[in-house]
Amino acid sequence: MDVDRAKGDFSFPENHKFDAGVGLSSDTVDYISDVKDDPDWVREFRHKGLETFLKKPMPTNWATKDLENIDFDKIRYYLSDGQKPKRSWDEVPPEVLETFERLGVPEQERAFLAGVEAQYDSEAAYSNVKEELEKDGVIFVNSTEALKEHEEIFRPYFGKVIPTGDNKFSALNSAVFSGGSFIYIPKGLKVKHPLQAYFRINSENFGQFERTLIIADEGSEVMYMEGCTAPKFETSTLHSAVVELVALKGAKIQYVTVQNWSSNVFNLVTKRGLAMEDAEVRWIDCNIGSRLTMKYPGVVMKGERARGEVISIALANSGQHQDTGAKMIHAADNTTSNVVSKSISVGEGRSTYRGQVHIPKHLKGCKNNTECDALMINANSKTDTYPAITVRGNQHVTQHEASVSQVSEEMLFYMQQRGISEAAAMSLAVNGFINDLVSEFPMEYSVELKRLIDLEMEGSVG
Amino acid sequence: MTITLPTWFADLQEQAQKEYQDLPMPSRKDETWRFSNLKQLAFEDFTPEESSNIQYDIPSLPEGVICLPFEEALEQHGELVKEHFMKSETRLGSAKFAALHKANLKSGLFVYVPDGVKVEQPIEVSHTISGSNKIAFPHTLIITGKNAEVSVLDRFASANDDDTSLCIAVNDLIAGDGSKLTYCAVQELNLSSRMIQVNVTKVGRDAHATAFTANTGAQWARNEALSLMAGEGAHSDMLSCSVPSGTQQYDQRTYQQHASPHTNSDLLYKNTLYGNAKTVFSGLILVDEGAHYTDAYQTCRNLLMEDTTEANSMPGLEINADQVKCSHGSTSASISDEEIFYLCARGIPPQQARRLIAIGFSTDVIERLRNERLEEVVLAAVDRKFASL
Repeated sequence: MDVDRAKGDFSFPENHKFDAGVGLSSDTVDYISDVKDDPDWVREFRHKGLETFLKKPMPTNWATKDLENIDFDKIRYYLSDGQKPKRSWDEVPPEVLETFERLGVPEQERAFLAGVEAQYDSEAAYSNVKEELEKDGVIFVNSTEALKEHEEIFRPYFGKVIPTGDNKFSALNSAVFSGGSFIYIPKGLKVKHPLQAYFRINSENFGQFERTLIIADEGSEVMYMEGCTAPKFETSTLHSAVVELVALKGAKIQYVTVQNWSSNVFNLVTKRGLAMEDAEVRWIDCNIGSRLTMKYPGVVMKGERARGEVISIALANSGQHQDTGAKMIHAADNTTSNVVSKSISVGEGRSTYRGQVHIPKHLKGCKNNTECDALMINANSKTDTYPAITVRGNQHVTQHEASVSQVSEEMLFYMQQRGISEAAAMSLAVNGFINDLVSEFPMEYSVELKRLIDLEMEGSVG
Repeated sequence: MTITLPTWFADLQEQAQKEYQDLPMPSRKDETWRFSNLKQLAFEDFTPEESSNIQYDIPSLPEGVICLPFEEALEQHGELVKEHFMKSETRLGSAKFAALHKANLKSGLFVYVPDGVKVEQPIEVSHTISGSNKIAFPHTLIITGKNAEVSVLDRFASANDDDTSLCIAVNDLIAGDGSKLTYCAVQELNLSSRMIQVNVTKVGRDAHATAFTANTGAQWARNEALSLMAGEGAHSDMLSCSVPSGTQQYDQRTYQQHASPHTNSDLLYKNTLYGNAKTVFSGLILVDEGAHYTDAYQTCRNLLMEDTTEANSMPGLEINADQVKCSHGSTSASISDEEIFYLCARGIPPQQARRLIAIGFSTDVIERLRNERLEEVVLAAVDRKFASL
């Protein structure tokens, strides 16, 4: 797989049939609803989202002040060429196809994926799932199509894992959401190959608000991977997704994200999974790039013996703030959760871990383990850790460990003594730091990840 | 004996009263009061204690050591007090209450140990709070000169079991270069009382400061401990041992600030919770830019003895320098059945086994005081608490 620093940094001239214009009002919401021919309940849902968004203050008491630099009146909330997603790459418009070709998406689909959805600005340009999966009853479509054609499956869960009013950005997403994936895996079906979605921002001053809902029915298993890129524009871009996962009894969902946003993207995402009895929700999250990422994937363990896990890697370079973490809400007996987070701060980059573990009264046998380690590369790198752990009752075990360290001078000296250049030694040390987590990613991603990290590290030594 | 307060101090108190009135009351929205029970802050009807009830147990002191009631020190060593009295900003949320303390304080202890002098035995002070709806404002100011050494024990108790009172205590610990300063506070107020204690420690070059807090009493206690590693080679131990039971609530906020390179700090807080007790621990290690070669540790351990207890932990790190080793950890758990079984198999009844383990859990941090007399007092307070359960 070809990876280079400028891989995602290109854009094509805009060719939009539908453009909601600049700024956000009730008319913007109606415009999107009209274009998408939303059913009445969805239009109502959007308006309620807008109302909540306008009412909610920015989370400025604890969040970074950089949030205040988002100018909601200058953002374009919906852009689309009005085409339905294509089932074949041959039908995808040439410049969109070229975009995804350059990112290697069709190639990966042929190689190892069970299905792909590729979103370009507000709408999916391509959406396909392997025929045999379709025969087995797997549904993998974009949100517009799903709301219309599979309402009976999706409506009961839509907005239930993450309510509109969860936070300011989930409310914003509820108002103007477009694109994203809807996946349904039928009872007992174990999907062998990963399903993939690729999110691409092409237009300047744009806000991308995809909404994803994955339902794994009883005993089923699925792995879903998403990748994100955007070209670098002079002005900032907003990406504010809502991702809801529902793992019914005994089901297993693994959600893998590798994001490589350009350094002008505000990436403010709400992700949460609901795990019923004996179910497992696992978030594997890698954050590279963006100006500011605020993302705390969570799992609500609602059924007995449910399991939640967050494995995350963040790399913050100069001008970037990776404010990431995990939320583990235990809501049934004998539930277990595990968080392993590793961050690397390079140059003047700042990485933050923010976590919440909640074990309420009347539960028994809940366990949480949290480990977060931060590696500082340069003298002016920054890192913070802010976990909050609440345990009620005495039949639980929680433990949190965090450490901050630098690549030791002794280690670098040792490697240089053996003829390895300083930069190569640093790269080896960093890869060693995250190696045990990288191996949790699917192979194709872990190779890309290591290369991306190497590229980000370039020039940081010396 | 009538004491004339210096003008500068009277002015300072007047200014502090104004500051108290201007500062807003903490609310749920304040990060530093997250998880706190704000009901405890309703004390408008309380009046300041008219006369303080303090007992001093002062060992024979080497020449040059000054150890006086605070008000006498103001009169006799005004310049020394002025130089160090409440100089640091209260960063952990209780600025309003620190201002109230400053405006009203009348009593307390002042200790000054000159360069090179070592005080062998601990200086002991007891504050007994009496009367209903009274607020006491005890203040402790300890200054050690270069390579000096001293330890001070502050005890807080209530005169009666049912007096509703509030104690707002502030300590300034100034450890001079190369000195060794140990401060130990034991809080055994009655169950109708509340306590706010703000502890500020400033550690000079190659100095070693230890601040220990033991909480067994009060309905609600909030401890704010800030340690500033000001000089190179500074070392600070921040320790606490608490045993809340019934409906007691302890709210602990700590701050380890590393302002110089080659400094280290080690924090260990242990809470053993019974009944409906609730604890909040929120700690932060802050490494300033340029404070390289910092070693900082922060650990909070909660032992949950009953199914109705609640422990909240928010250990935090903010690191702005790269050549550092910093870590924090927090655990909340109960005694495992295996441990009880092990002791039962050796003929110890389960109830006693649980108590032994809980005492052992507390002793671990008490021993870090490394001072026989102080350990003895804290252990006795903890034992009294366990015996009452």
